[in-house]
Amino acid sequence: MTVEDLRRSPLASYPGVTEIPFLTMVNVRVPPTGDAAARISARLGGPLPVVPNSVVEAGRRHILWLGPDEWLVVGPDGDRELPGMLPEAVDVSANRTTIEVRSRDLLEHGCTLDLHPRAFHAGRCAQTTIARTQVILWQTSDEPVYRLLVRGSFATYLADWLSDAACS
Amino acid sequence: MLLISCPWCGEREETEFHYGGQAFVSYPADPESLTDEEWAQYVFFRDNPKGDFAERWVHSAGCRRWFNTVRNTVTSEFLS
Repeated sequence: MTVEDLRRSPLASYPGVTEIPFLTMVNVRVPPTGDAAARISARLGGPLPVVPNSVVEAGRRHILWLGPDEWLVVGPDGDRELPGMLPEAVDVSANRTTIEVRSRDLLEHGCTLDLHPRAFHAGRCAQTTIARTQVILWQTSDEPVYRLLVRGSFATYLADWLSDAACS
Repeated sequence: MLLISCPWCGEREETEFHYGGQAFVSYPADPESLTDEEWAQYVFFRDNPKGDFAERWVHSAGCRRWFNTVRNTVTSEFLS
């Protein structure tokens, strides 16, 4: 039996909600200007975004702005290189799971941000609350497609809430 | 519901923030020389004006950064 057989995503058996489990995530804390930031940008193949709540694509990974000196790098499941490639990074892959939502109306039931395309669009992210749960909301496409990065222990609550909101 | 302007994230709802009390309360330069009363003044006593008040807030459900702002304690209007 391998580690892959043992791991369970929070919504593995939850019907009707699209989960993208096991994305590799690292949290990077570094001053936004200086040698360290330049070295990290070169290593990741993309600049650390300095515009608040924006996302930069760096190859198969994405860099999300979390704070003026804090970023979240999201890679695909099985990105074994990412957790160890930056000395400033902490592996937080087990911290959150990802729910994909394809409806703005649905999110607007519980999210106070202005999600209209004039204010929020692909390449934007925001840390906010949806149905009182802290999430990182990230729009990946203008269709629209949103990703909700939510703590594993809150995932079933949020999935319950989304299912309920979708019915109303 | 108040809209509070985070210097990084822009306007967000009040529920994303936590209050941090009076701003610019500096740590005593030589704390050991303070009398008990002076220490108590530093630790426990804060201004309570009716009107504009410099305060600390933290965007706890967002970028988690602290910032200073001025709020009118009568109207709760944020002035900076």
